[in-house]
Amino acid sequence: MAVPYAKLPAWVDYGLIPLINLVVAFVVAGLVVLLVGESPIRAATLLLQGAFGSGEGIGYTLFYATNFIFTGLAVAVAFHCGLFNIGGEGQAYIAGLGVAVPCLALDGILPWYLTFLLAIAGSAMVGAFWALIPAYLQAKRGSHIVITTIMFNFIAASVMVYLLVGLLKPLGSMAPQTRTFLEGAHLPKLDWLLELFGASIRSTPLNLSFLLALLMAAAVWALIWRTKLGYEIRTMGFSPTAARYAGINEARIIIITMMISGALAGMMALNPIMGDQHRLQLDYVTGAGFVGIAVALMGRSHPAGIIPAAILFGTLYQGGAEIAFEMPNISRDMIVIIQGLVILFAGALEHMFRPAVQAAFATLRPKSAGLEPEKAGG
Amino acid sequence: MEFFSLIFGLNVFDSMLRVSAPLLLACLAGLYSERSGVFDIGLEGKMLAGAFAGASAAYVSGSAWVGLLAAVAASVFLALVHGFASITHRGNQIVSGVAINFIAAGSAVILGQAWFRQGGRTPSLSAEGSRFTAIELPGANTLADVPVIGHIYSGLISGHSVLVYFAFLMVPVTWWVLFRTRFGLRLRAVGENPAAVDTAGISVTWLRYRAVICCGALCGFAGAYLAVAQNAGFVKDMTAGRGFIALAALIFAKWKPVNAMFACLLFGYLDAIAIVLQGKAIPGIGTVPVQVFQALPYVLTVILLAGFIGKAIPPKAGGVPYVKER
Repeated sequence: MAVPYAKLPAWVDYGLIPLINLVVAFVVAGLVVLLVGESPIRAATLLLQGAFGSGEGIGYTLFYATNFIFTGLAVAVAFHCGLFNIGGEGQAYIAGLGVAVPCLALDGILPWYLTFLLAIAGSAMVGAFWALIPAYLQAKRGSHIVITTIMFNFIAASVMVYLLVGLLKPLGSMAPQTRTFLEGAHLPKLDWLLELFGASIRSTPLNLSFLLALLMAAAVWALIWRTKLGYEIRTMGFSPTAARYAGINEARIIIITMMISGALAGMMALNPIMGDQHRLQLDYVTGAGFVGIAVALMGRSHPAGIIPAAILFGTLYQGGAEIAFEMPNISRDMIVIIQGLVILFAGALEHMFRPAVQAAFATLRPKSAGLEPEKAGG
Repeated sequence: MEFFSLIFGLNVFDSMLRVSAPLLLACLAGLYSERSGVFDIGLEGKMLAGAFAGASAAYVSGSAWVGLLAAVAASVFLALVHGFASITHRGNQIVSGVAINFIAAGSAVILGQAWFRQGGRTPSLSAEGSRFTAIELPGANTLADVPVIGHIYSGLISGHSVLVYFAFLMVPVTWWVLFRTRFGLRLRAVGENPAAVDTAGISVTWLRYRAVICCGALCGFAGAYLAVAQNAGFVKDMTAGRGFIALAALIFAKWKPVNAMFACLLFGYLDAIAIVLQGKAIPGIGTVPVQVFQALPYVLTVILLAGFIGKAIPPKAGGVPYVKER
């Protein structure tokens, strides 16, 4: 087992190995489909048809992908600092308050673009605040961020249930949700964008927050690879000791990184609340915070990988709903399995196939593996 | 006074025991794994897989014991997956745990729907012997009228399923295994300083594998308790975060078995009074929303982790894969 990690060409490290991992995850998922007595190939066809077969399908796919871009970026930023923010779910949930409060207060007064700006600020601030406490505890009191962010997910859920069945519910209403927002808090749909590509559609929930998500992906790229702060974050991630030696303030970087991560997760709330439902209701995050983990792992924490990974999961969400109509044995929970398998193979088992790939390269092209030809066997 | 008897009533303590039993089993499961240096946030998923496998096997075979075996087998399988990823392939233990939670949650519903066609739940366990029912301890009826001791014996201690007694029996057993046997000493050592264990000629890998197998087995018991004893069958997401409360209890207990029991009893008690206090006013405070009690275990754990109530120090090598060569 003692194979040292020799250097491989970049396209193998960033292309081939992640692809092998992904293929294995989907093959195992296919076996599960086979196990419940359905054809994996037919399931895959239905999935792609449901997700991309119509303009409406594409709209829904990108709508779901929007959520996952936000949460994937949130997890990725923390990964770069060597932190595991498992609390995206709670940060996105509680950030619904940051969206709903300005919307409820100002939807009759301001036009949508001003409400939108306030809601962006609100969601980012509330999300960042929810990440700040675990970050502070990690930086200053040494408590493990994974555990505290898990705890904060549950605390967020309790707080939101309390507020929605009490304070935020309109008088006389039974459903645990706020009133529906007025026009001043509805984000414009992006139907025209799909129509540009020739798709004819009735209506999809795809809205302006998709563009905001793309903008944030670009911003994260610039932050991580083009700023001093990003350099410090990556240094912390590679080696906290080196960062300390270089005079980087560890506590400051942890807290700032987690607040950025929380803010990105928080902005996810804009998409379903302002873009689609036009009200704050229970459990609107529906696991997007956790999908973000799979998306960040698959996308190798790089925005250029996160966007396709998010679209892949959007495809699974939208296409999965279509499969459920045709195949009664396969419900949307199939996605949960696929998500778990992707996290397992692309995350925890990411090095499983590396020794084999390495050995193959050492035999085929000894120089590319950094080995002299005569040493290739050993 | 009425309030006093409400929150310290025998029935509250009785339901406390029922609620704490699965927490305790999962908490002790995590104890084995984490003491050996393998963090495990997949307790929830293993419990859920155990609950589903237990309920399915108990329904098909008509025997609760077969259900228990299936629950342990399913849970140990997932524990081995966790071991394969985090011990053999030195993957990130947190990532692996997250993956296991999702795989278990999805598979239980998909397989349940394919096998039983009841929307992901298993059929109700109504057949004789397909559930663990309450056990009447010897003499519980005759002693019922004796004040205090008799009340406690017949009303509180007697009348639980065999798995509740097993859970509380596992506390001294775990203590004995960890602190009085050679295996336990090595297990604790491998969680603190695996290099020393390796130097002594003991396999770190095999030791950690045995720890995660113990963890899987106990999670299987916890799952079987939920689906085959406390309830009559499996329903979607029936663990409802108990795996994470068990994890919180483990930290709260500072990774010690007896403390773990008290932590689980405390969290179970919070759950039990949340039910009796629903809609009732606490003197001097007023009505406390039920969500406060639901959030309290998590809040307490965060406060503990922050070092405001003592200090929770995890096993030193926890979460770090062991690399033999330098």
